[in-house]
Amino acid sequence: MPSKKDILDLYFMPARRDLIEIAAYLDRLDRHDGEEDFRVAGFHKALVALQNPGDKSRAEAVLLALSDHSESPIPAATIQGAFGAPDESLINSQ
Amino acid sequence: MKYIEPHGHMVSRTTDDYQKMAMAGCEAICEPAFWAGYDRASVQGFYDYFRQLTEYEPARAAKFGIPHFCWLCINPKESEDAGFAREVLSLIPEFIDRPTVLGIGEIGLNKNTKNELAIFEEHVEIAKKYDQPILIHTPHLEDKIKGTKLIIDALKNANVDSSRVVIDHVEEHTAGLVLDNGFWAGMTLYPESKCTPARAVDILENFGMENIWMNSACDWGVSDPLAVVKTALEMGKRKYDKATIERVIYDNPKKFLVNCPNFKI
Repeated sequence: MPSKKDILDLYFMPARRDLIEIAAYLDRLDRHDGEEDFRVAGFHKALVALQNPGDKSRAEAVLLALSDHSESPIPAATIQGAFGAPDESLINSQ
Repeated sequence: MKYIEPHGHMVSRTTDDYQKMAMAGCEAICEPAFWAGYDRASVQGFYDYFRQLTEYEPARAAKFGIPHFCWLCINPKESEDAGFAREVLSLIPEFIDRPTVLGIGEIGLNKNTKNELAIFEEHVEIAKKYDQPILIHTPHLEDKIKGTKLIIDALKNANVDSSRVVIDHVEEHTAGLVLDNGFWAGMTLYPESKCTPARAVDILENFGMENIWMNSACDWGVSDPLAVVKTALEMGKRKYDKATIERVIYDNPKKFLVNCPNFKI
């Protein structure tokens, strides 16, 4: 099994790249005009979960923050695709 | 290094991909029935697709020395039209005994609707009637955990043999749920919307290497038919030995696919 140093050697640079990519994405979003949608709030909720995962792994906490937690099947599909974050206003209306 | 691709949509891939997979050591490809990227306009469209899966793709793969197998169903996206879906389901018995058919799949949910769930349950009944294993698609992105829970509840209600069911496209928030309920779990190495190679190896480290497989689910979207092999390389970077790697990419899928009488390699 790899040591912590092995993991750092393998993944620190890609993780650093991904962290800067997230920062640049948020700057990009701020820089452009227009309305935000539910995906922005979902992303910020996921960032909080990343820093405060509770008793879960960070990856699990982030995925859960980006998930629909309703429990019942919905009456009908209005779209076929998914967005990557839950639209709470749509979920609450179903 | 020999491996099995347990979930690849080869109808949407070129012969270049078959060649690359053969060169990389692929010893079998299993292709579930899926959404073509658009909704088919007729039941006959599905009939033709089932012919493609059971006749043409095995012949195409054989030119590269790779045995090709398939699963049959109507995919969750097109299950929303329940009447249409039932007409497609009625075609399955004609194809179920063809020599390369493995079972029913990839059934599942997409937006977690009532109709999708009803058609999923009807597929499960067909699988039980014809004594077939089941391959399941879990929804994308924000819909995944809700759909996985609905699927597991439906499977428990149907009293299926969990050892003959693989629930695919698991991620960190659903892998434990699937495995703890006795089902096989599939990790899909699909860029952006599913697991990366590094995360797939993380899931193996966190949840163990029993009853789990990896697949590329390569299709008409941006995807990589060599994703399984590249994840094997990732395991090597983390100092897993060849025997352990081969266990995950070859022995594990083979162990599940023994449930399918037509799986012969």
